[in-house]
Amino acid sequence: MSSIGTGYDLSVTTFSPDGRVFQIEYAAKAVDNSGTVIGIKCKDGIVMGVEKLIASKMILPGSNRRIHSVHRHSGMAVAGLAADGRQIVARAKSEATNYQSGYGEPIPVKELAERVASYVHLCTLYWWLRPFGCGIILGGYDRDGPQLYMVEPSGISYRYFGAAIGKGKQAAKTEIEKLNLSEMTCREGVIEVAKIIYKVHDEAKDKAFELEMSWVCDESKQQHQKVPDELLEEAKAAARTALEEMDAD
Amino acid sequence: MNFMASKQPENSLLGPESDSQRTLYPYVTGTSVVALKYKDGILMAADMGGSYGSTLRYKNVERMKAIGKHSLLGASGEISDFQEILRYLDELILYDNMWDDGNSLGPKEVHNYLTRVMYNRRNKFNPLWNSLVLGGIKNGQKYLGTVSMIGVNFEDNHVATGFGNHLARPILRQEWHENLSFEDGVRLLEKCMRVLLYRDRSAINKLQIAKITEEGMTISQPYSLKTYWEFSAFENPTQGAVGSW
Repeated sequence: MSSIGTGYDLSVTTFSPDGRVFQIEYAAKAVDNSGTVIGIKCKDGIVMGVEKLIASKMILPGSNRRIHSVHRHSGMAVAGLAADGRQIVARAKSEATNYQSGYGEPIPVKELAERVASYVHLCTLYWWLRPFGCGIILGGYDRDGPQLYMVEPSGISYRYFGAAIGKGKQAAKTEIEKLNLSEMTCREGVIEVAKIIYKVHDEAKDKAFELEMSWVCDESKQQHQKVPDELLEEAKAAARTALEEMDAD
Repeated sequence: MNFMASKQPENSLLGPESDSQRTLYPYVTGTSVVALKYKDGILMAADMGGSYGSTLRYKNVERMKAIGKHSLLGASGEISDFQEILRYLDELILYDNMWDDGNSLGPKEVHNYLTRVMYNRRNKFNPLWNSLVLGGIKNGQKYLGTVSMIGVNFEDNHVATGFGNHLARPILRQEWHENLSFEDGVRLLEKCMRVLLYRDRSAINKLQIAKITEEGMTISQPYSLKTYWEFSAFENPTQGAVGSW
C-alpha cells in the first residue's frame, strides 16, 4: 500500500492524481511506528492499555504518562508523537471544561470525539500547519453508557468496541476479535488487555516496555482513572504466565 | 454612528461601561457560619436561610459544601457569589483530579487559592460579596481558616463570620479546648447557634452541622434548636407601659 508520492507529497494541501493526500499518510506512519495502544469496550466500561517503549534505562517508571484524563468521565490514550498528543489532550480538556461550563453537564463522549476529530482535521487543511502525528483512543462513560472512539491523524473518527493503534495493531486487533466483550466485565478486561499487550510486544525489535492502563467503569464510579495498583500487578502477572505457557509449547 | 451610546465626560473617573457589571451591594444573603477544630477534624455550623434584605425569603439554602476530598467550605454573604466560587473550585478540583497522581489539594491550598481570588477581585473594585470559612484535614493535619470579601485571611482554632464574630467567638474563646469530642463540639456549636438565633434577625431556626474528618465529609439533616421564651419579662410585656407594643 505504501508508495512514494514524489512531487505530490510536499504539502498537505496537495492531492495526488489518485486522490491521496500523502502528508496525512506519512503522519499515520508516525503512529504506526509507536508502541501499541489498545482500547476495549466491556459490559460495564472501557479499558485502555499502552505499551510504553522505554527509550532509556534511566527513565523513572511511572513518568511519561501516555493516558490522560480529559474530564472526570473520560480519558485518552495517545500513540505517536508524544508532544503532538499533549497538544490534542490540552484542547480536549479545554473543550470538555467549556461544555461543562456552558451546558452544566459533562460533555457527551460522542461530542468530545467530534470536537477532537475536528481539531485534528483542522490541521490538515492549511499548508502552514502540519498534521498531528498521533492517533488517539478516547474512552468515556456518559448517560448513554461506555463508549470508545478512535481518532486518526486524518481527522477520521469512528466508534468502536475494540481498537488498536501502533506497532502491534494488526496482531492486537486479531486478539481483540477473539474476546467476548459483551459478556466481559472491566475487571476481566484489564487482565485481557495486559495479556494482549504482552503478547504483541516484539522482544526482538524493542527491549523493555512499561505497561500503563486505565479504565472508566461502574467499579470506578464512572470516573476515568489509572487501574488500581493491585489489579495492575495481577494483570501483569497473568500476562507473563500466559506468555510462558505459550512459549512452553 | 451610535446615537444611543452614553458618553462620559473626559475628566470622569468612572471606568469603562463594563462597570455595570460591578458588585455594588448584595441581594440574597446568608448569615453567620461558625466552625471549630475538634479531635477528629473540623465541625462547622450554618443555618439554611437566604435573606432578601429584611425578608427571610429562602429557607432551604445549603451554605456549606465539600471541596475535593479534604475540605469543607462555608459561606455567608451573597449566595450567587458563593455559587460562583463553587464553580471556580469545581474547575480547580477537576484539574487536580485529572493529574491522577495520587496527590490532591488540601485545605491549606484551597484556602490560599480562595484568598487570592477574593483579594484580586477586591483590588478591581468588584468583590465577591462573601465571608468564607474553609476547614479540612489532610494527613492528620487539621486546618481551619477564613477569608473575607476584602481578602483578609487567617487561620485559627475556631472561626466565625458576620454576627458570629461578635456573639459566637467570645463563647468559643472561653469554652474551646484542644481535642474536643464530637459530642462536646456539637454542643458548643449549638450553644453558639442558639445565641445567634436569639439575637441575629437574619438567623432562622433551621440549621445544619457538617463535619469533616480523614474519612470524609458528612452533613447533618436540617434540624431546629430548642428555644426558651418563658422569661417572666416576656409575660405581660405592656404591664409597665400600657399602650406600647
